[in-house]
Amino acid sequence: MAAVQTQREVIFNRVAIFAVFVALIVMLAPIYWIVSTSIKPRNLATTVPPTVMFEPTVAPYIKTFVKRSQLRGPVSDEIYSAAPWWEQLVLDGGQKIVRNRAGDIRPSGYGQRFTNSLIVAIVSTFFAVSMGTFTAYGFSRFKVAGKDDWLFFILSTRMLPPVVVAIPMFLMYRVVGLNDTHLGLIILYTAFNLSFSVWIMKGFIDEIPREYEEAALVDGYTRMQAFFKIVLPEAMTGIAATAVFCFITAWNEYAFALIMTNRKAQTAPPFIPSQVGSGLPDWTVIAAGTTMFLIPVAIFTFLLRNHLLRGMSFGAIRK
Amino acid sequence: MADLVMTSLDPNSRAAARGWSDLTIRNLFIIPTIAFLIIFNIFPLLYSLGYSFTDFRASTNAPANWIGLQNYKELLNDDFIWRNFTITAKYVIISVAGQVIVGFGLAMLLNRAIPFKGLITTLLLLPMMLSMAVVGLFWKLLYDPSFGIINYALGLGKFEWLADPDMALFAIAITDIWMWSPFVMLLSLAGLSAVPQHLYEAAEIDRAGPFYTFFRITLPLVLPILMIAIIFRTMEAFKTFDLAFIMASQPTTELISIRLYKMAFLEWQTGKSSAFAYIVLIMVVGITNIYVKYLNKVKER
Repeated sequence: MAAVQTQREVIFNRVAIFAVFVALIVMLAPIYWIVSTSIKPRNLATTVPPTVMFEPTVAPYIKTFVKRSQLRGPVSDEIYSAAPWWEQLVLDGGQKIVRNRAGDIRPSGYGQRFTNSLIVAIVSTFFAVSMGTFTAYGFSRFKVAGKDDWLFFILSTRMLPPVVVAIPMFLMYRVVGLNDTHLGLIILYTAFNLSFSVWIMKGFIDEIPREYEEAALVDGYTRMQAFFKIVLPEAMTGIAATAVFCFITAWNEYAFALIMTNRKAQTAPPFIPSQVGSGLPDWTVIAAGTTMFLIPVAIFTFLLRNHLLRGMSFGAIRK
Repeated sequence: MADLVMTSLDPNSRAAARGWSDLTIRNLFIIPTIAFLIIFNIFPLLYSLGYSFTDFRASTNAPANWIGLQNYKELLNDDFIWRNFTITAKYVIISVAGQVIVGFGLAMLLNRAIPFKGLITTLLLLPMMLSMAVVGLFWKLLYDPSFGIINYALGLGKFEWLADPDMALFAIAITDIWMWSPFVMLLSLAGLSAVPQHLYEAAEIDRAGPFYTFFRITLPLVLPILMIAIIFRTMEAFKTFDLAFIMASQPTTELISIRLYKMAFLEWQTGKSSAFAYIVLIMVVGITNIYVKYLNKVKER
């Protein structure tokens, strides 16, 4: 805009800034509600009208990890005072922690699902990004007959609706025994992220001047040395950004996980909604599990902020 | 493209004699990925193509009987399936239109000097990075007619968002708009910031009104990027499964993916669902083709 602003422009600008802040509040309100529910006492989670002000508690975070049962009667003072503070919090809520005969606390399903999510997301990201980087280099630097067709083929595998792919995969996995295994999900997520990784990495590698490698080749490097010592370090930012995107996609994935796993290898996304299933759900516990599940993504989003445009548009827009 | 290819080494030179040849490296780098994708994406589809001509049910041990094109005939003549397609079309239109209006509007608002602009933009982008299934679940709590915060904040009393068959699809679309408007905003912002300032200055000198400036300068220049966002979101909305599956189970919210899921994994009509999957697949390939053609056209500019 022109350096000198008219009175009308100044007012318009202020209105716009105000509108942006209103929009920000509206957009973040649902996320705020999840986080605030996760620190509410259970009896305040579903009140009419909704409770906004309350005294926060960490009880939901403890309950998320342990198996609990409803208390039948009041707890004796002896047991109560002997219990550690975190167990007292559970007892305060009218529940007790379930223990086995040896007295060990029985975990709820959450911790295992969270670990499954971590394993599947990290391993599949590793494979998708490493294979994707090699392939992207191949497409970026060498003559490939029908290059555009191959790249289209790679992209098209990503466009398939998950349920369409899941039907035959489920049948095949059943034959080879990969249903409800980490490996089964890792393969699916690697395949799913591989196309993304090739496309994005090709963009990053295209931007690295060929002259760098050519100079290295003249200096006596082999092509492989040039790739590992010149190209890879130059592409590191791109690799990191791609890896974070792949991780988030695998971390958030729901449909494949719902169909291909049911208990042993189940990840958090199908597990968290399944808690609502029967009876009166304890929303504070679900919110605590959800908050912990969302935190890694929130951190990554912040780290990725300069690459979001490129990643979300599949490399169509570079900036 | 040929001129972009790296200078190949003289095969008799010393450099080429060391290590692997370019051809070996190229094949080593590319073939595993292609093979992986063929094995885990194309082969399964061929496998289910076979099943789509049978009455196979994965829940029984009965052998599959060849029934030819019957599955396809039944599906294409099934009124319920067409209703699923209509619902999906309605959902795609509502949610993509909403995302474009909200997203582009936000981008227009943000396209100026604002304190903490970078931080605000990042925070606005947060919803689209989160898990649809998990966040969709909490929208059920937000929409709850008695203790939901939405009815309370808007003073709607006991308004039924998800239990009302006519409203449920809109409610899901609103959640989708909340999640994905940031995506349209992100792309639109890139488009807006690329509009050369001198055009606006020229328009100002010519005393062009704000509407004229918007429709003759801003919109035409942002449109290519906005189209990318629209096609992208259309494709994703067409495939929607998580959000609608988690939030409501009304017949009026049964999108194609959900019908497909139920047919395959709840009714165990494996043969028929494979045929259905193929019909959906052909549609997706069609949309993808349009998308990629458009993408290449934009890139060439």
